[in-house]
Amino acid sequence: MYAARPYLAAFSSRFLLMLQYRAAAIAGFATQCWWGGIKVMIYAAFFAAAPDAAAASPMSLAQVITYTWLAQALLALTPWSADPEVALSVRTGSVAYDRLRPVDTYSLWYVRGAAWMASRALPRAALMLLGAGLILPLIGLSDWAWKPPPTLAAAAAFAISLPLALALSSAFLMIVNIIVAATLTDRGVNVLFNSLIIVFSGNLLPLALYPDWAQTALLIQPFAGMMDIPLRLYVGQLSGTGALAGLGLQAFWTVALILLGRWAMARVMRRLEVQGG
Amino acid sequence: MNSLRLILRYFSASLRSQLQYPGSAIMLGIGAFLTTIIDMLAAWALFDRFGQVQGWGLGHIAVFYGVVSTSFALTDFFTRGFDVFGNEFVKTGAFDRILLRPRSPALQLVGYEFRLSRFGRLAQALLVLFVGAAVVGVDWTPDKVLLLAWTITGGVALFTGLLVLQASFAFWTTESLEVFNVLTYGGIQAAQFPLSLYAGWFRNFLIFVVPLGCVAYYPVLAILDQPDPLGAPDWWLPTAPAMGFAFLAASFIAWRAGISRYTSTGS
Repeated sequence: MYAARPYLAAFSSRFLLMLQYRAAAIAGFATQCWWGGIKVMIYAAFFAAAPDAAAASPMSLAQVITYTWLAQALLALTPWSADPEVALSVRTGSVAYDRLRPVDTYSLWYVRGAAWMASRALPRAALMLLGAGLILPLIGLSDWAWKPPPTLAAAAAFAISLPLALALSSAFLMIVNIIVAATLTDRGVNVLFNSLIIVFSGNLLPLALYPDWAQTALLIQPFAGMMDIPLRLYVGQLSGTGALAGLGLQAFWTVALILLGRWAMARVMRRLEVQGG
Repeated sequence: MNSLRLILRYFSASLRSQLQYPGSAIMLGIGAFLTTIIDMLAAWALFDRFGQVQGWGLGHIAVFYGVVSTSFALTDFFTRGFDVFGNEFVKTGAFDRILLRPRSPALQLVGYEFRLSRFGRLAQALLVLFVGAAVVGVDWTPDKVLLLAWTITGGVALFTGLLVLQASFAFWTTESLEVFNVLTYGGIQAAQFPLSLYAGWFRNFLIFVVPLGCVAYYPVLAILDQPDPLGAPDWWLPTAPAMGFAFLAASFIAWRAGISRYTSTGS
């Protein structure tokens, strides 16, 4: 417990700091309402245009809509870009201070990154729940609303899966951070990974709606665990043994990415270039 | 002539600075490529599963998307200065220096940075546009080529107007409002599908408030030789991109108003 204290402190200080950015949270919420709204209207048009294909779809329209709002609400939980604090410290050279601290640099950056994502996601998710979960049904648009999970089991699976998603995202964020430390700039790597995450986390389109032949590959790749698996568990599209497999995949990728990240970090830090000035 | 030479010098300086980080520049290019592919990916998957929507196919969506994305890529190439205006100029007080120089502020902001990576997006957008047009069988007669150029010019005017408006707001908020990304990046997303898919209030927003529909949906209907399923008159379809210029003019009124009330942050 004593050994964990500096990391807990790093987590809570970053978490509380980021919660102060209320205007950013509201701006993010507005953005996510726009994207979510467009997506919901487009999905509804497609489902209405082809009733046969809609009936055969692995997800119902109601499930897709709830998935869409949740994906927008939890957008900040995916590692969209390198941790800006790490990118800044690499650019200014203050990364050297992080190396001098008597704590494990990997763990320090890991918990700070986790706090960064969690604190940005929390207010946005709360606002989205209020907007899409409460206000939409109240103004008579309950067909378009964010619905509660269908069963208690789905809710429980989601509750286990969400922290796992954060752990997995943080492990991936560390890989991005390490690439930033090696290349000294975050611009290229951010753009590159952005695209991968948008597609393979299910943010662009629920993974279940891609062609049937791609389904297995889409489920076992690491990005699915950052968003798609928890959301499928929530809407009940993944249940029983499928749910257990989903949680297992999340845990597996978290461990694998942490091991990979630690190995890469050791290599990069051995001959780290520190910019000064 | 003087202004043109100045722009060219800005351009070469910007080019050289971006090539200082070659690894990053290459990844930015690949990223731009992937982003464009991604924009079409969701549409492709949906058509693969559902077949069609209100009679539209993937080829139609590709043309809508290609037109609006080409406009945005061209705009994004030279409007970086307006994009970061709040954070990099107003908040820091750097706008004082711009005002002191004997050139128009808008010109200097255009020269702030020319983003090379946008050529990736432009190439992809044009590719999607012409492949889509080939799939739906567009016959590129001279008047259609002209209409396409007019549509894209209107689109560039509209997106530039959005960026100028975003920068103008910074005079009041002293910060860049990233909410505007909703209207640029989000606008591409919205305008790649026919307006007839959307609810009425959202359609009206895209016609009358931020006229994205006028620089994509209506003129593309004319290019595709389709009447508007919602009943807009035929003469309107090729005229609609003019709304982009009206929007740009309105944005510059806001920009002027912003400059006249600018007070430095003093930092």
